[in-house]
Amino acid sequence: MPRHWRWLVPYLFLVPGGLWLLAFFVVPMLVMASVSLQTGSLGTGYALTWNFGVYPEMVQAWAPQFGRSLWYALIVTALTLAVGYPMAYTIAFRGGRYKNVLLLLVILPFFTAYIIRTLSWKLILADNGFVLGSLKDAGILEAGFRVIATPMAVISGLTYNFLPFMVLPLYVALEKVDPKLVEAAADLYASRVHAFLRVTLPLSMPGVFAGSLLTFIPAIGDFINSEILGSRDTTMIGQIIQRLFLNNNAYPEAAALGFMLMAAVLAMVVVYARVVGADELTR
Amino acid sequence: MTATSLPAAAQPVPLRRPTVGTRLGRLVLPVFTGLAVLYLFLPIAVMIAFSFNDPAGRQNITWQGFTLRNYLDVWGRPDVTGPMANSLIVAVVATLIATVLGTLIGMALTRYDFRGRNGLNLLIFIPMATPEIILGASLLSMFVSVGVQRDLPTIVIAHVMFNISYVVVTVRARIAGFNRSLEEAAMDLGANEWQTFRRVTFPLIFPGILAAALLAFALSIDDYVITSFVAGRSITFPLWVFGVSRLGVPPEVNVLGTLIFVVALVFIGVQIWSQRRAISAVPEPRA
Repeated sequence: MPRHWRWLVPYLFLVPGGLWLLAFFVVPMLVMASVSLQTGSLGTGYALTWNFGVYPEMVQAWAPQFGRSLWYALIVTALTLAVGYPMAYTIAFRGGRYKNVLLLLVILPFFTAYIIRTLSWKLILADNGFVLGSLKDAGILEAGFRVIATPMAVISGLTYNFLPFMVLPLYVALEKVDPKLVEAAADLYASRVHAFLRVTLPLSMPGVFAGSLLTFIPAIGDFINSEILGSRDTTMIGQIIQRLFLNNNAYPEAAALGFMLMAAVLAMVVVYARVVGADELTR
Repeated sequence: MTATSLPAAAQPVPLRRPTVGTRLGRLVLPVFTGLAVLYLFLPIAVMIAFSFNDPAGRQNITWQGFTLRNYLDVWGRPDVTGPMANSLIVAVVATLIATVLGTLIGMALTRYDFRGRNGLNLLIFIPMATPEIILGASLLSMFVSVGVQRDLPTIVIAHVMFNISYVVVTVRARIAGFNRSLEEAAMDLGANEWQTFRRVTFPLIFPGILAAALLAFALSIDDYVITSFVAGRSITFPLWVFGVSRLGVPPEVNVLGTLIFVVALVFIGVQIWSQRRAISAVPEPRA
């Protein structure tokens, strides 16, 4: 290849995949935005009428589900952080030569289908399943006690399913922390707690941000856990979007809901990209 | 505990004597982590155990007795094997396409500097950060608007789309530690660019590409949410599982889940082995 064409090489590499993402990610997003502003029905066809009114309508109609999804996602993020941080810390600083094995153990459950893992949870939490059933037979729990179909079941399912999303970025951040810095803090008479709070924790914040983002976002849009483990009282916004699209064929309404969720997510990603820098996003 | 056998007076006062409290304290984190790992495996263990259960009715929720029948029965049921075949076809095709496209982008990002880098990074990151339901819903919006018949090809399109980003990130992580001087050495020894790529670059980044392909395959065969939007009338394995789970989960679901898990274990083993081999074949000086 002639030398003055060299600048073209990286573009040749990225064009096929880039075009695929443009055609099947960016364009559909724009189409969804346009669908949300259309009026009509499946029978008579849709026309773009710039019906912005659908947005306040949808917010009003599904405010409880929006609020509930937000709450669940926040609780799940806090829980995965509380469980995931000590895990990632232990693997990074105390893992020794078992580091990679431990990491593999954290990812391994991912190689079972998401739905099957969640159905397994349903079995574990079932009213008269082998866990609660045995506890009830032993008289430890009342006969009426139940977990399934409660918010607790949905939150526990979400926490379980997204825990590795939290642990991995935390591990990556903690692994980079130089133990010599912690030793230096100890030499300067910092207690272990103090050294952790002033050295390790601040240095691991990029991992906390990344993990929280990677947990919060799928959790707020999730509908599998609520669908399988929850009840009508735990309905999340993802379930509403899916039903409006697939069962009711209410495309504009569903698209409006989807687009609002996307806008919220995009705002968070942009803030995050500002904090860590765009090139760090795919590292 | 040799310290206790010495006379107390002969002992120098240790700067920090590890008390029983701190000894126990050092156990807290490993024990916690061990329990957390057990927690991660609990549903997997339950899935495997109940694949050997012999349930009385439709509900496979209490232990009735051990049987291998589920493993034999599953192959004679076209309602199970059909969706499984669909899933495998989709996963293989989507993995091949996504791995090629994603590897090319990964190479562009690690080896070249070019205008539009930040835009490309965002284009790759945002699909990973988008809730699956929105990826599915937006694709459905487009397919409905354009009037595309939804079937296996639309599922492949969707799976390639969400897999590209994961391939880029995985390949990029592996290429980042790559030693460019090996390529330069090959060029110095008279290899042209293609020979250098074929004989030096590709074998070195191959474990990374394999890891990316494995991840893509796992994500593809597992996907329910996006697939449910773009599948039309065709049924993949997760769609089938979700459908039958409404009436109670039959043990066949556990059987196939267990088999997928075992196959994944084998593939991971092969991947780790090929990586070890690649590392031992070329002792890389740390740059």
